[in-house]
Amino acid sequence: MRPRLKALLGAACALPGASCVGWQSTLSPQGPHAESLLRLIFAFAIVCALVWILVVAMLAGALMRRRRISREPLASRPREERRLGMLVGAATAATVVVITGLTVLSFVATRGLEASHDDALKLRMRGYQWWWEVTYLDPRPDRIFLTANEIHVPIGRPVEIELSAADVIHSFWVPSLAGKKDLIPGRDNAITFTATRPGVYRGQCAEFCGLQHAHMAFLVIAEPPEAFDGWRRAQLTDASAQTTSEEERGRGVFTQKACAACHTVRGTSASGSLGPDLTHVASRRYIAAGLLESTRGSFAAWIADPETLKPGSNMPNVPLTSDDLRDVSAFMASLK
Amino acid sequence: MRLVVVMPFAMLALAGCQREERSLRLDPPVEAGLDEVRVMSNGIGGAPPKVYVALGRPYENNAFDLDQGKRLYDWFGCTGCHAHGGGNTGPAFLDGWWQYGADPVSIFVSIRDGRTAGMPAFGRYLTTEQIWQLTGYVQTIGAYSAKTAAPSRNDEMQSRPSENRAPATLGALQPPSR
Repeated sequence: MRPRLKALLGAACALPGASCVGWQSTLSPQGPHAESLLRLIFAFAIVCALVWILVVAMLAGALMRRRRISREPLASRPREERRLGMLVGAATAATVVVITGLTVLSFVATRGLEASHDDALKLRMRGYQWWWEVTYLDPRPDRIFLTANEIHVPIGRPVEIELSAADVIHSFWVPSLAGKKDLIPGRDNAITFTATRPGVYRGQCAEFCGLQHAHMAFLVIAEPPEAFDGWRRAQLTDASAQTTSEEERGRGVFTQKACAACHTVRGTSASGSLGPDLTHVASRRYIAAGLLESTRGSFAAWIADPETLKPGSNMPNVPLTSDDLRDVSAFMASLK
Repeated sequence: MRLVVVMPFAMLALAGCQREERSLRLDPPVEAGLDEVRVMSNGIGGAPPKVYVALGRPYENNAFDLDQGKRLYDWFGCTGCHAHGGGNTGPAFLDGWWQYGADPVSIFVSIRDGRTAGMPAFGRYLTTEQIWQLTGYVQTIGAYSAKTAAPSRNDEMQSRPSENRAPATLGALQPPSR
């Protein structure tokens, strides 16, 4: 019994500690927006804690105090009445002041989050059941490109994301960088954040959106501007050329079978637009919205049986021979 | 005594919690079996695969499958020729006239292999399950009688009542007079 208790206690202590750090935590802000939200959280928590302690102390005092039993209960005591009236009045006034103060604080902090910037990097994110489509916008049409489930941003530059949804309500949430914002079908939203330190931050859909809501994650990779520009240039290119005959055959299978009906690989005849753009899929860290690391084995497993790995996903199980599967997974892994 | 009265109602209420089952994954042999339709020599009408009947004709009476069919109808460009059932360069479904047969097997074959009048073959782009889902949905558009299941409602404006409020029965597979 003793060791089990100890383990339980240890786990209970580690849990809140673990949630303070890592790549997905409001408590380790990595940009001014997340920092202002954290300040707001602390302000609310401290004020509410103080009020709670005060209320409980008063209540305890009232319960402890011995009550005098009056001989004449109906006699009027104007002085005591006035004192009580003043006390209740003061408490009401304090409540109004606290609530007004917190409202103003919250208003000021939220207004700061909405400020627009001229030099912002503009993206568009669209929520699907259950993945994120990302479009990097640019005044020059030839510099616009599509990707999915992973966004790269330069540090120190504001990022403005237009949010829309294709089917049901989703919610954009990268705890380390910004607050939540819903993606609502038919009503576009926008969110702005800035990352100040390079790093990989995890985002998650924060509005229940169906069977695979939990497997609807994405990554935000903040990197120095030079690295970001390099990444952007690489993403703008067509898919890399196939080097082995296996990859070559894989491309044939991909473009001949049902894959090409939903997915685009720029530089090949595959130009479907229903599923994620796969032009540089192997350069992304995860596939299927944070479900599996993008290795050749994961590609093969995902293509062979998507409904076992992510039940309900709209990726169909396309019947392939084992040779075809091997070739296609080699082709996928080559799309760096 | 009171328990005896309450219990049946409680159990009835609990039984109502069970929702319709969704088949999210077909075993590969089942899916392969679903492809084996036996068609008449003129390409119209025929017998559905044995697996299809054994599964209980899910693509005609399962709301989830009908709904998936409705998604596919938009996703794979059916609206380009058939609009939302009203027809355009392709024939309409709403009027209840089926050039190549109104039964599921005929519709399945129309989608999978295409038809001479200009319908392209979609067998290459869709899996067998998806073709069946699409078949079930397409059939609801021109149905003569209401089905027991319906796909979810449209977000767009609609030109007709939703799918489960199909026109009154005219008799088995009998097209309305023109």
